[in-house]
This record gives sequence, structure tokens and C-alpha cells, in this order.
Amino acid sequence: MTLVKHVGAALAVALILVVLSYTLGQYRQYQMAEVAAWVIAVAGLTILVGLSGQLSVGNGAFMAVGAFSTALLLIHVGWPIELIFVASVVITAVAGAIFGVAAARLRGPYLAGATLMLAVAVPFVAVAWPGVFGGDQGLDVLVAVPGFLGPLFPLTRWLAWLTCAFALVVLVLLANLAHSKVGRSWRALRDDDVAASLAGLNVARLRVLAFVVSSACAGLGGALLATWAASANPDDFSLTLSIGLLTAAVLGGLGSLPGAIWGSLVLVLVPSYLTNLGASHGLSSGASASVPIAVYGVVLILVMLLFPTGIQGGIRRFLGLAAPAAASPFSALRRQEPPSKRHQEKGMT
Amino acid sequence: MNRSHRVKVATVAALAATAMVVAACGSSGSSSKSSALTASAPGITAKQILIGSHQPLTGIAAPGYDEIAPASNAYFQYVNAHGGIYGRKIVYKYLNDQYNPSITTTVVHQLVLQDNVYAIFNGLGTPTHLAVAPFLNSEKVPDVFVASGCECWNATSSLPWTTGWQLDYIREGKLLGHYIEQHFKTDKIAFFAQDDEFGGDGVKGLEDEIPARQIVAKETYDPSNVKIAPQVAALKASGAQVVVSFSVPAFTALLKLNMVGLKYNPQLVVSDVGSDPITLAGLLASFAKSKVAGFGNSLTQGIITDGYLPSLGDTSNSWIKLLNKIHSQYDAKTPLDGNVAYGIAVAFTFVQAMFKAGRNPTRQDLLNAINAGLPQGFSVAPYAYSASNHNGITGAFMAKIENGALSPIGPVLVTDDTPTGGFSTAPAQPAAPASGIPSP
Repeated sequence: MTLVKHVGAALAVALILVVLSYTLGQYRQYQMAEVAAWVIAVAGLTILVGLSGQLSVGNGAFMAVGAFSTALLLIHVGWPIELIFVASVVITAVAGAIFGVAAARLRGPYLAGATLMLAVAVPFVAVAWPGVFGGDQGLDVLVAVPGFLGPLFPLTRWLAWLTCAFALVVLVLLANLAHSKVGRSWRALRDDDVAASLAGLNVARLRVLAFVVSSACAGLGGALLATWAASANPDDFSLTLSIGLLTAAVLGGLGSLPGAIWGSLVLVLVPSYLTNLGASHGLSSGASASVPIAVYGVVLILVMLLFPTGIQGGIRRFLGLAAPAAASPFSALRRQEPPSKRHQEKGMT
Repeated sequence: MNRSHRVKVATVAALAATAMVVAACGSSGSSSKSSALTASAPGITAKQILIGSHQPLTGIAAPGYDEIAPASNAYFQYVNAHGGIYGRKIVYKYLNDQYNPSITTTVVHQLVLQDNVYAIFNGLGTPTHLAVAPFLNSEKVPDVFVASGCECWNATSSLPWTTGWQLDYIREGKLLGHYIEQHFKTDKIAFFAQDDEFGGDGVKGLEDEIPARQIVAKETYDPSNVKIAPQVAALKASGAQVVVSFSVPAFTALLKLNMVGLKYNPQLVVSDVGSDPITLAGLLASFAKSKVAGFGNSLTQGIITDGYLPSLGDTSNSWIKLLNKIHSQYDAKTPLDGNVAYGIAVAFTFVQAMFKAGRNPTRQDLLNAINAGLPQGFSVAPYAYSASNHNGITGAFMAKIENGALSPIGPVLVTDDTPTGGFSTAPAQPAAPASGIPSP
């Protein structure tokens, strides 16, 4: 029943998006694609942090893995682009599983530290082997509009379709996962991993699974973002991106998939809107360049003050709906004391 | 003055006036002189020409480089105030990309797809601009006078719509290497270079000229890591008497300070990119937290570099006079340094190209104008532009920093970007137009 509801909602949204892709200008179509790529990565992160309670500031690194997988497959193998995306997701999921096995032993800030290392280190891999990854310059990811759409079909609309379609599929899958036994188990171990393990849940396996799901999403987001930007460049996947993803997840409402959409919209659209606002009000170039950064900070502070459960939480409260079972932004950090040896052993069984 | 002389003068004046009218008609085509100004291309209306750019206005690359676009804009204001380009005003919209390629991608898409700019002008930076050059070429948007000396802009088959402007790093490396090879024949030479195309192209040019037996060390740095003490220690250990640096200003300053710390005092030879004396002196004083007057200048003293624009200290030069005039009228808040000169000079080249593109130019017309070659402007050497070559300035003079200013120490030499290409003395630079605006 849930599946039918989610698929129905996705189809309705798809229809709206197709209409939008015809009514909006080319630059807006291009932004649709950017937002959709972000939504995929943020949705994966919000599941990891909000549902399974593991804080990651390193998902930008998994996006880089996805982006460079796509670039390398496109250059060296030449499969159809959709197949390359799937392959990139698999590669990133494997990378996530490997890291997840190690990370499942860590909690709270220690886990955050490990993922931080990942975010800082991975882009340097590309710089260290310029022969393979193109160094600072990165690799080209050039796709063309498929022939059946005709020669005049704009690339921006095709990119918007491609990324939005993937985003909707991912959202439907994640929504079902969150409503399934796995989702409930994640919430259980997020709220109290000792209790969860006493109730018979395999805490370690669930943690790794959350990492795999989240990194697969990041990989797809990265692959699509590289396609959108026409290049996979190490500078695009810096620590700033990882923190941006987390910001979007928290801003939208941790653990909430609609929240991932709100967060992505804010992070992509607000800076570009503000730059124009600054420039059109005759500020000097230096001042108008600083406006987006300042306003961005103010927006973050305001949202957190007014809507502690994020934009989605605020919307639900406004509509008089029950507060969502979302995590507060800091629940992933709350359990700072390392669990006793006994619990850890239990968790690993 | 006697009567016959006066008649002669009048006749000559009349003849000259006739010649000018004829020339004016000839240069602007048979019918176009009287034709109405039309919206001949995206970004062009009867009243204005909208162009765009991506620039680092905040972030690591901003100090110094954030002066370039406002300086270009100052020159456009000057041109607009003096009749514009065939009556159209240039509107220059430059957006901040923070020197981050993913932001470059966003802002350039906005400029092209939303703002409908006619061309992207002087987009700054190698990694940043590489992120957008394929897009601009696939959209057939003129991508002119990129603010980077990477050899990558000279790719007329893969990036036909992209053109360089400043002296490319291979030519610059060759020119510096040529000088070193002549003046430091028996010395040990070491390189210190940024670990990307900038440093790589520069070293390529240096190695074309300096015999391998003289090269004792090659160190690189990553611009995101300011701890360069290990590299500087290695340079010292190599015993090099000459260190050639292809570095941005901040890393030239760090190199010098680390050398001072190690009491290592080789002859420094620095690429034009990282040697603007005013920028360097400021950075040296701020890094060393020194408030002593003249501290920065004392450390830059004696650095050998090259210059492809006339030296700012040469106040009798017609181009420097023009520079001072535009700077004092439209950009006086910023001190007149190498970055301001760069911004004004590259804007001059754009105006040259736009005049040549015709009264109602398409995007292709601008490209054709550049491919047909442009007359020399602010630069001391001619441009390389042709249908098969998109490099810009082809030569430079060698100079030494003395008391915080560049003083030339040799003639302007011109070379090409091949390993075997020789050097020749550039023809004398034509004087600046009295109006300050290139003739159509």
C-alpha cells in the first residue's frame, strides 16, 4: 500500500517536472538538474544521519568516487550512460561497504572524524595520479542528447529529465526502505543501540547497510553532478561540498526525504538568487560577492532557531500535523561516551 | 607664416580629411556605415553589448586578482563615455566563482543561458576555466582572452571558440630560460613550480633553453598547502645559485621568506604571474607581520622577472599615460599595480576585436576578427592570433625589481611555443592612440 502511494506521488511529481522542463528557461532547466543531483546525495545522507544515527561529513568523497567512476567508464568503456550510472552506483556502494565495515566500530564524533578524513583525502587521490584522474584539471564527462529526441532538443532539458528521473526513483526506493523493517530497525538503533541490540537487531550489519545505501546515493548524485558539470574535477568534491550536503540535510529536516528536497533547493537556488540581488542593487562587486555568503549564514541561523526540526518539520507544524519522527540535528553526536566492551561485542555478533 | 604656406596647410588638411572619410567608409564596409544598429547576436541590442566573466572576487585567489575585472570595466566605462563601440555601450557582468570550478560552471551557465551574454571575456584561472571551455565551445559562445597563460587555450581544433591573451607559460619559460642560459652559464639552476599546467608549462619552456646538466633540483608545491619549508630546504641542499619560480604571488612571498629563514640567498627568477612588486611587497609584509616601512621592497630587491606590458614606472610611455588617465578617472580607489594594468590592457584588446567584428556582429564575426589577427595594443610584443593559433602575446622584456618597481634590463624578445623556435627582437611598440580608443 505504501509502495502504491509513493509511486503515485512520484508519478504526479514527474508530470509536474516535465511541464516545468518545458515552461522554464534553459538556465532554470539546468538548475533543475543540479537540484535533482543534490537531492539524491542529500537523501542518502539524511537516511544515514537521521535514521541510522551515524554522522558523516564525508559523503562528498563518495560523490567523487561516483563522478570519477562515471568519467573513467565513459572514456575507457563507452557503455550507454544509464548503464554507466548504475555501474558507478555499484562501485561507490562497494567503497561505502568497505568504509562502513571500519566505521561501524566508531561512534559519534569519532565516526565524524573518520569521515572527515575521507572527505579531505579522496580529492587528493585524483591530484596524486594525474595520469589516470587528470590531476587538477579533472576528466571530461560529455554526454549528448539521445538521437530519438531530435536534433533541436536542448541538452539542459535532457539533463533535467535524466537527473529528475533518477532522483524520483531514488526517493521512492528510500521512502519504502524507511517504512520497511530496515527503516524501523535503523530508528531503533539510532535512539538506543544497546536496547536495539538487546531486542535482537544486528547493530553492526545495520550500520554498514546504512553506509552502503548512503554511499550508493552519494555515488549516483556525484555521477549525475559530473554529467551536469560536464567534468569530474577534484576541486568540485572538496570538504565544502560534504559540509554543504550535511547542511542541506539538517536545513531540510534530518531523516526526512521531503526535507532533502527543501534543503537542496535552498543550497542551490539561494546563492545564485542572492548574487543577482546584490548585483542588481548596485553594490560594488566585492560587496555583492560577499552578500550570498553572509545571507547564507543568516538563513542557517534563522532556520535552526525557528524550525529546530528543519524546514519539513516547520511545514508539518504549520499544517498542524504531528511532529515527524525525525532526529534532532545533534542526536548523532549525543552518544559521546564509548560503549562498554560488552555492548560492543554484543553489537558485533 | 606666409600666405602660400597657409594655403598648403589648408590643402593638406583637406586632403587628410578626405582620406579619413574614404578610409572610414572603406573600413566599415559598403553599406554598413549608414545601416541601423540591430540585435545581431545574443547579448547585442541596438544600445548595448552584454558580456560576462567569472572572476575570483573572494577566496584564496582574490587578493590582487579581484582588481582585474573592475579595471577592465573602468576601460569599458571610458569607451562608453567616448562613443562606445559603433554607438553601443559595453555592459560587463562578472560573477564571483571563488576560484572554485564547480561555482565557475554554475555562474557561466547562468551568464550564457539566462543572461544571454554575447561572449565570455577574460574568465580567470586554468582549472576554473577548463571546467567551462567545452560548454562554451559546444554552445558556440566566443570565449575570448582567457586570463591564464595555459597552452590549453591554443587548441583551434578542439576549442575553436576559445582564445588566450597573456604571454603563455611555455613562451615565458623559454624567455626566462634564454636569459638564464646567457647570463648564468656556469651556475647551478633549480626550479620551484606550482604542480599544475601553470608550473608544468613553465618548466617545459625553461627546459627547452637551460642545459640539463645545469639543472640540479626541481621542486613543486600544491597551492592549497602553504608549508613549503621541505621544498625550500631541498633547494638549499641542491646548492643552486639560481632558483626559477613559477608561482602565484602568495607562494613567491612564502618562497622568499623561507629562504630568508634558511639564510639561503640565491638569485631569484620569477614568472610575471607571481612577481608584481606592489602585490609582493604587501604580501611579504603581511606574512612576516612586519610594520617596518619598505620591508617588502627590501626583500623583492633584485628579483629577475619578465614583463609583457610596458613598465608602470615608464611614465613617458604613451600607454602608461593612457593607463594613468583611465585609472585616475574610473578606478582611482584601487592602487595602480600590475593587476589594474592587466585588466585595462585586456579590455583594450577586446575593444579592438569588437571594432574589427563590424557594426552588427554575429558571434562568428568576433571569432573571425580574432582569427584574422589583431594589431598590437598595450602589449610590448605582437599577438600570435590566426585561424590556426589562439595564443596571444608572443614576447616580453626581461626586468629586475628595484626599489619596488620593475626596471627593464633587456630588449623585448619574441619567440614561439616550440622547443626549437628561436628568439628575435620585437619591432618597436606603436604609440597609444591619442583618443585612448583603438581605431575601427
